[in-house]
Amino acid sequence: MSQSAKDVYVVSAGVSKFAKARPDKTFQAIVKEAVDYTVKDVGLEYPKFLELVDGSVASYFSDHFTRQLMAGIMAQDYLSLCPKPSHRVEGGGATGGICFQEAYKNIASGDMDICLAYGFETMSHVETWKGNEFIALASDINFDYPVGGFYSGYYAMMVVRHMMEFGTTVEQMAHVSVKNHNNAFHNSYAQKRQRLTIKDVRNSPMVAWPLTRLDICVMSDGAAACLLTSEEGLNKLEKASGKKYPRVKVRAIGRGTDAMRMSDRPHQSFEDFYKYNAMANEQDGDSKKYYKELWAKHFKYPGIHSFRAGRMASKMAYENGGIKDPLKEINFVELHDAYTSSEIQTYEDMGLCKYGEGGSFAASGKTFVPGVEYGLKLESQPVCPVNPSGGLIACGHPVGATGLMQAAFALWQLQGAIGKHFGDATLQLNNPKIGAIHSHAGTGTYVTVSLMERI
Amino acid sequence: MTHKQIIEETLDGTVLFNVPFPKNIAHLKEMSPIILKHPYHVEYLHSYGQDSPWFAGLANKKLLGTECPKCGYKHTTPKLSCMRCGAETEWKELPPEGKVHSFTVCHYGAEEFLKETPFILAMIEFEGWNTLLLSRLVGLDPQQANLKWVGTKVKPKFRRNSKFKPTDVWFVPA
Ligand SMILES: [Zn+2]
Repeated sequence: MSQSAKDVYVVSAGVSKFAKARPDKTFQAIVKEAVDYTVKDVGLEYPKFLELVDGSVASYFSDHFTRQLMAGIMAQDYLSLCPKPSHRVEGGGATGGICFQEAYKNIASGDMDICLAYGFETMSHVETWKGNEFIALASDINFDYPVGGFYSGYYAMMVVRHMMEFGTTVEQMAHVSVKNHNNAFHNSYAQKRQRLTIKDVRNSPMVAWPLTRLDICVMSDGAAACLLTSEEGLNKLEKASGKKYPRVKVRAIGRGTDAMRMSDRPHQSFEDFYKYNAMANEQDGDSKKYYKELWAKHFKYPGIHSFRAGRMASKMAYENGGIKDPLKEINFVELHDAYTSSEIQTYEDMGLCKYGEGGSFAASGKTFVPGVEYGLKLESQPVCPVNPSGGLIACGHPVGATGLMQAAFALWQLQGAIGKHFGDATLQLNNPKIGAIHSHAGTGTYVTVSLMERI
Repeated sequence: MTHKQIIEETLDGTVLFNVPFPKNIAHLKEMSPIILKHPYHVEYLHSYGQDSPWFAGLANKKLLGTECPKCGYKHTTPKLSCMRCGAETEWKELPPEGKVHSFTVCHYGAEEFLKETPFILAMIEFEGWNTLLLSRLVGLDPQQANLKWVGTKVKPKFRRNSKFKPTDVWFVPA
């Protein structure tokens, strides 16, 4: 990140409640719901907002689902934002996270003072298995898709390798599903509000061994929006609304990539891992000894069990944001749990625990929310709640909106406004200062990590 | 959990030529949305481009990868530009036998493959080669999936009449 980057604030956000299908409205009108909410929460009338906003970034993943090219401009004009500058971003499941970061850059570069990030996906226009086909087209169509393209299958192969390397169990994975679903029970925005047990997760139909239906997120229709500003932009909004907003800043951003084909992922040596991938909190003698022992057992990194892009994104964000010990310094994380297994893998990428400890960490209780009833015996108190909102697994995953939904939920946590927006304050954490949002595309190809901070 | 009986949603339906309309247009916003079904079928002319020799190899019962002449990196799934150093790679034959690196049993799938479920997807590793190959694994009972399958020695089988798809090759226990 450039030293000359300007401070960037997140002022408000909005989410259209995610649903299996929204035939009542077209995508533009669903986006408008999320934007109307965002503008209302700033305390402005819509015409005043239009006068002040400098431009936007649009986020949606698939042209196939909409069967409409240039959907971004159709949202832009429905929002009455023409002729202000805008562009569409696309990066698979990470599209929303990328959108947030591009809006950040518009402000940090001094190009805009007030920028609206909005995103959507309407996945109900085809039935589920056709939808899975569209998503699987986000895999190499020469070598991967025709073999039996199915994203749940790809993630299943990744976690099978994780189980082989580290002894991760399906019960540990089920803990993630129970945690996230039971959190979502208190989130009025969630698509699935169910109290589940480990048994429910394991007894639900097998989709791709060992992942069951309750290890996997669902498809949704929905939209989300987020308003980012510079210091000047914030002052302009406050002057116009007569309100004073809680100060929530974007502390740092990071982004990483990896090869589309899982088969192409490298298998690096211990030396290369320490040269390119190890984090600040893994430089001590104990950590080096721990990893040395892993490699002594023919371990390689990242292989298909870990997301090197997620590690890169986290490492960059932490280095730019001065985070040395993420588990202690970050108060909560909203991460991309399209699969319970990928939440476990992401704990490790984000340095909340070491590579190999994700399974036991998931079942330890450290990532659970204080005061929520899970019906589980957990050995540790919560330290850093992960997906306090319920995550993708319970809230839904309308791809282009997802990363912005995470930004909205993280903002409300940092503002202390969960009760106001969810209509239930159970999930409000006690005075959180720093939150991380993590957005992830197909098998870990693009990953973004953004740190938000209340000041 | 309770097992609810549900009637499957399908995309066939009735052709409709008109719908009711309120006398008072102020009531129009209460109208249900009109939902139509469109077919969406396209014929593509897809070129395998620089990957084409791999498919020609399958048609001749040869499994190919690429090797970098500069740094020696061996791509099990071919890549004509070296992933490590960027040099142009050379075609090489893979060893006759590999091992299951990871696998899954797909009980559901993309619409195109739904009728083939349950099928086994596997990542195959080859001694001395740096990357992996995605393929189907045949000859194991999909209902008996377990971690012991990892490490199973496997060999390729080829389709007699090539369809020029990566499924022209699959693996069976050696
Ligand atoms: Zn090379």
